[in-house]
Order: sequence, then structure tokens, then C-alpha cells
Amino acid sequence: MKKTMTVKELADKLNLKILTEGDLSREATGCYSGDLLSWVMSRAGEGDVWLTVMGNVNAVAVAVLSDCACIVLTENAPLDDTAKEKALQQGVTFLSCDRNAYELSVEISELI
Amino acid sequence: MEESIKLHYIVPGDDFTRAGAASGDVKRTLKELGVSPAVIRNVSIAMYEGEINMVIHANGGEIDVEITGEDIIMTLRDEGPGIENVELAMKEGYSTAPDNIRTLGFGAGMGLPNIKKYTDEFSIDTELGVGTTLNLRVHIQ
Ligand SMILES: Nc1ncnc2c1ncn2[C@@H]1O[C@H](COP(=O)(O)OP(=O)(O)OP(=O)(O)O)[C@@H](O)[C@H]1O
Ligand SMILES: [Mg+2]
Repeated sequence: MKKTMTVKELADKLNLKILTEGDLSREATGCYSGDLLSWVMSRAGEGDVWLTVMGNVNAVAVAVLSDCACIVLTENAPLDDTAKEKALQQGVTFLSCDRNAYELSVEISELI
Repeated sequence: MEESIKLHYIVPGDDFTRAGAASGDVKRTLKELGVSPAVIRNVSIAMYEGEINMVIHANGGEIDVEITGEDIIMTLRDEGPGIENVELAMKEGYSTAPDNIRTLGFGAGMGLPNIKKYTDEFSIDTELGVGTTLNLRVHIQ
């Protein structure tokens, strides 16, 4: 059976740092990893946790339009100031961690 | 819906902070109208890809959106350089995006293929040195 948990629960369980707080009560239902925005745009689905190193304003737009549950910046990839401001405005949650996309995917697959 | 809703947007060139604003607004409008999530998703993807192409490749442009009871019709018009070989531009993976744009996450060459994939009707009018117009239609049912 497919399990889900909220973004907040996921962040707590996996020790992810909250960089911008959107709706933390959203259900995270899946996961997608990628940095090329046109791929993410058409492949990531509603409720996905999106793993990427793209901490820029374009990532915010893609997250909004594809309805991702949150963005996780892997390997401590930086979030730039414009993106941070935009994310707060649009209610997009950015999390971050030191693990790479593979390591984090493995951890996520054990939870959802 | 009795009358159609018409929306108009001006997309500034080279301004990534505002790119996606038009698509985001259309998405909100469709949500308010109670359009199905699947249709909203198709429109969002197609319109964002078109909008961002205007910013990256054509120094901005204008978008008209008409929402009727049956369709969402999008017209994206720019006065950029035009597309030399449309067939090539439509190929997955083909991109002329420069390196500084690629580091932002663009340049996969998937934008135009995505637009075709997520719309019910799609056509490009383009002329070198004059500009490019995309005509897109997504059925509501
Ligand atoms: N509005 C436009 N004006 C001029 N050229 C365009 C326009 N839209 C697309 N092109 C040309 O067509 C190519 C393919 O476009 P497409 O959107 O598929 O890929 P991309 O924008 O390069 O990368 P991606 O969309 O994956 O980030 C572009 O690299 C560009 O050369
Ligand atoms: Mg493109």
C-alpha cells in the first residue's frame, strides 16, 4: 500500500532543513529527481518531493506549475535571494540537506 | 460558461523573476473556474514552456488567452529572431540555448516537444527576423 506523509513529517524524519516555509501540511505522495526544468515540468507530478540543485527563481515557477509538494536542495546546493523571496511569496517550501539525490531518494522510498 | 473570458499578458524579455507569472495567473483563473486538474496541468505546462521560450529566445512578447466553455486557446506572439528550422526545433534535445542559460536549468530542448504533447492543437508561424507566433488549444472536456 502506498503511504503518504506531510512535508513537515518528512522534513522531521529525514532531518531536512527548512529554508522557506510554504504549506508544510501538504501530503508528499511521491518523488522526482532532476535539474533540467523542461523534464521536471512534464514529469514531476502533483504531490511530488522534487530533488534538485536548482535553487533559482525558475525552480519556484516550475514547482508552482507542476504542483510539487516541496523542493529539496540536495548536497547543500544554494538557494539564491530572489528565489527565496519568490518562494515565500508563492508559498513554495524549500528544504535542504547534505546528502545527494541518490542517498536521499533511498531514504524517501523507505517512508512514502 | 456563457461568455468567454479573455486574458492578455505582456512578457518582459530577459526577466526571469517574472517568467511564469502569466502561466501562474492562468492556472489560478482555471482553478477558480473549476476546470479539471488534468486540463489545468496541460495548459500550465504548455503555456510556461511558451512563456519561457519568449524570455530566453525572443526578448519577450505578448500572450492572449481565451477560455470558452469548450477550449482554452492560447496565442503567444513575439518579435524575436524567428525559428530557422521548425522541424529541427521540434526535435527532443535540440536547443540553441547559450551556456549561461543552461546553468539556470534550461536548454534540454524539451520545451516545444512538451507544448505539442500537452496541447490538442498546436501550430507555429515563424519568420526569420520578424518573429514567432504559437497557436495552442486545449480542450476542456
Ligand atoms: N520564441 C522563439 N523564438 C526564437 N527561437 C525559438 C523560440 N522558441 C524556441 N526557439 C528555438 O527552438 C529551440 C528549441 O526550443 P525548446 O523550447 O524545445 O528548447 P529550449 O528552449 O532550447 O530548451 P528547454 O525548453 O528544454 O529549456 C530553441 O533552442 C530555440 O533555438
Ligand atoms: Mg524552451
